Amino acid sequence: MTTGATPPKYKIKIDDDECMLCERCIDNCSYGVFRREGQKIVADSRKCTACHRCIAMCPRDAITLIEKPNDYRSHPLWTRDAREAIYKQANSGQIILSGMGNARDYPIIFDRIVLDACQVTNPSIDPLREPMELRTYIGKKPRQITLEKTKSGDCDLKTKLSPNLKLETPVMIGHMSYGAISLNAQLSMAKAVSEMGTFMGTGEGGLHKKLYPYQDHMIVQVASGRFGVDINYLERGAAIEIKIGQGAKPGIGGHLPGEKVEEEVSKTRMVPLHSDAISPAPHHDIYSIEDLAQLVRSLKEATEWKKPVFVKIAAVHNVAAIAAGIARSSADVVVVDGFRGGTGAAPRVFRDHVGIPIEAAIAAVDDKLRQQGIRNEVSLVASGGIRDSADLTKAIALGADAVYIGTAALIAMGCRVCGSCYRGLCPWGIATQKPELVSRINPDEASKNVANLIKGWTLELAELMGAAGINSLESLRGNRDRLRGYMLDEEMLKVLDIKPIGA
Amino acid sequence: MCGIISVIDRLGNSMDGEAIKKALSLMDERGSGEGAGYAVYGAYPDYADYYALHVFYDNLLEPKAAVEELLEKWGKIEHSEEIPTYSSGRMVKKHIPWRYFFKPDTSLFANRESKEEDAIISLIIKINTEINGALVYSSGKNIGVFKASGWPEEVADFYRIQDYEGYLWLAHNRYPTNTSGWWGGAHPFNLLDWSVIHNGEITSYGTNRRYLESFGYKCTMLTDTEVVAYLADLLGRRHELPPEMMVKALAPPFWDEIDEMPEKDRNLYTAMRMAYGPAMMNGPFAIVVARPDYIAGFTDRIKLRPMVAAEAGDRLYISSEEAAIRVMEPNLENIWMPDAGEPVIGRLRR
Repeated sequence: MTTGATPPKYKIKIDDDECMLCERCIDNCSYGVFRREGQKIVADSRKCTACHRCIAMCPRDAITLIEKPNDYRSHPLWTRDAREAIYKQANSGQIILSGMGNARDYPIIFDRIVLDACQVTNPSIDPLREPMELRTYIGKKPRQITLEKTKSGDCDLKTKLSPNLKLETPVMIGHMSYGAISLNAQLSMAKAVSEMGTFMGTGEGGLHKKLYPYQDHMIVQVASGRFGVDINYLERGAAIEIKIGQGAKPGIGGHLPGEKVEEEVSKTRMVPLHSDAISPAPHHDIYSIEDLAQLVRSLKEATEWKKPVFVKIAAVHNVAAIAAGIARSSADVVVVDGFRGGTGAAPRVFRDHVGIPIEAAIAAVDDKLRQQGIRNEVSLVASGGIRDSADLTKAIALGADAVYIGTAALIAMGCRVCGSCYRGLCPWGIATQKPELVSRINPDEASKNVANLIKGWTLELAELMGAAGINSLESLRGNRDRLRGYMLDEEMLKVLDIKPIGA
Repeated sequence: MCGIISVIDRLGNSMDGEAIKKALSLMDERGSGEGAGYAVYGAYPDYADYYALHVFYDNLLEPKAAVEELLEKWGKIEHSEEIPTYSSGRMVKKHIPWRYFFKPDTSLFANRESKEEDAIISLIIKINTEINGALVYSSGKNIGVFKASGWPEEVADFYRIQDYEGYLWLAHNRYPTNTSGWWGGAHPFNLLDWSVIHNGEITSYGTNRRYLESFGYKCTMLTDTEVVAYLADLLGRRHELPPEMMVKALAPPFWDEIDEMPEKDRNLYTAMRMAYGPAMMNGPFAIVVARPDYIAGFTDRIKLRPMVAAEAGDRLYISSEEAAIRVMEPNLENIWMPDAGEPVIGRLRR
């Protein structure tokens, strides 16, 4: 079969009257879209990923980018994407890779849930005038507190608490490894979470020494590749996360291509220079909950039981039972990553077709843990497609203790969700290791953007809680009475355990 | 809205229901005629060792037979009778109130926690969730709850509250805003030794309910106050928290205050919030929780509902309004408005 080139997806136009030939577009485009021909800038639209770097940098607003209308014969079944995937695979015989999150047009459940507010019978609380408490502790909680009365009539605390992370806002940044993203991107986020009193994950890329000053706000990760893991790494983290799976690619491992493994990445990950860093799908010492429990306890033993251990899984059909097993494995926190979770690179077929939405997963996990009477003893972190403070608030009301954000934090640093992270050419200096691109992020400035995002969401969360007459996060968590389903079918309402609007 | 009033005689001397009926009636404008009720501790001295189960029946055929079959299967009914009522004016007997003096046979509950209280709770949950037309709404020893849809004076006259005697009284005038007024939804709410009256709305109800469900409680009353009685039972009885600390779990200090405490208290209150975060209550409320040896009144953490306390001799009063207390006792020695979230506790000294 002969297959020709497919039509360009985007069309770049340059307004020659405005263009002053400064060539910033040429310098900025890492995909090589632009070149100068005499007194003109010429664009090769086929190379464009719609990353918008050129538009952001053009001093004269001379560049226009449009998504080209489908110029195939229109067909409801054989869409452009379906046909182009076939052309690609007919040419390559390979798995199609993709970056960022699920790009299919599934209904977004968050957008079909609405929040409550008080009117007359109970007062809304004004967060500008009244205390609003967003602090939360992540980790294992005692089932009950035992007190002993002293002779003076005081109460002595007899219960010994497990280590917990203290969060001043329930927004954490999820695990994106050094290798997948740049050191400057990690540094920016690390500064931001330190400032905001919250935490971020290292991903399975190890912990670069430049991040040591922020280690008290970092959660170190033990994934199946065990990259970068040694006792120094474990001891530096505020908590440890065992990654079993991630929402963008449930059931498969990870692959950092050799070209991204430059010297610093190689040292930090503890893998040879320019070698592919392949994380297998399973951990080769975990084939059951019992095995997981052994690893959880080994990590705790190694760090003298001073750190909470998280276990992250992708949201899949049986997520509730799996999470209950994890909760009983001595893990302190269960992280559930929904099928809109982002990724540096995933087989497209996984990213778009495997897993379940985080909304249903949190509801199911929270229910199961409650049925088993252990919900309050373990924390639940939700991730995978949290876009704004409304998603955050709804996730907590459905039962999460806190959320991880990923893509949102990258967008705060400039990412335009062009979905080409796996190519290592990110023009915003995020998903790349090329020094000239990495230097485009100034960690001092970008950290402000990330901190501002978390701050903005935190303020909005406080306002939403105040409107619902709630002044502490504990009272929002699992408070599904404050949610109503809008245009959701009966079965989905049952899974979410929420009433429809008007009820 | 809603009006609450309570009194404990700390020496255990009895009071009849006349005064509290008048006090509650003074707060008629805090209600809507859709619910009022009274709880009296010390009501049944002749059956003090038995659980007094008050049941609303929709009819005296199927539900009553089913309840009695269940009770006889799991214990002994020492005595049972219809609770005397006196219909007049607007009061219509929507349900038939019945009382049983019952003792569970704990040996039959050997596979569960073998405490009598747990046996009673499991029977109540079974009746309230599985037997249509029957609702247990009062279940303490030597305690009686009397409630219905109506104005305070109507409900009092309906049950002849003035003829009952006890050393501790709670009374409530309801203005329902969340659910329609119905007999089961009127206050006081009771479970075993615990009774609750509440003015306000618990915006954390969803969280509290789900927390309680993980400890085996089932909320069947369609209103938010029910969770307070169950939370009191869980924290006060099962987890054995003293009343001050139970209140501090339900309406805890703010984190800012905790951060400023000396280390010992900081650790204690941090642990309390970590363990009992889902039990803490939000929204506007003034609540009185009673059990045979004390009453504990407290408001929400920013005092969005009124609460006033007063003393006269051995009696401690807690109410929505000073004027209501003064109806019961014009010569008060001490009257104060407690701070938000601060418990007022009156203990029996006998």
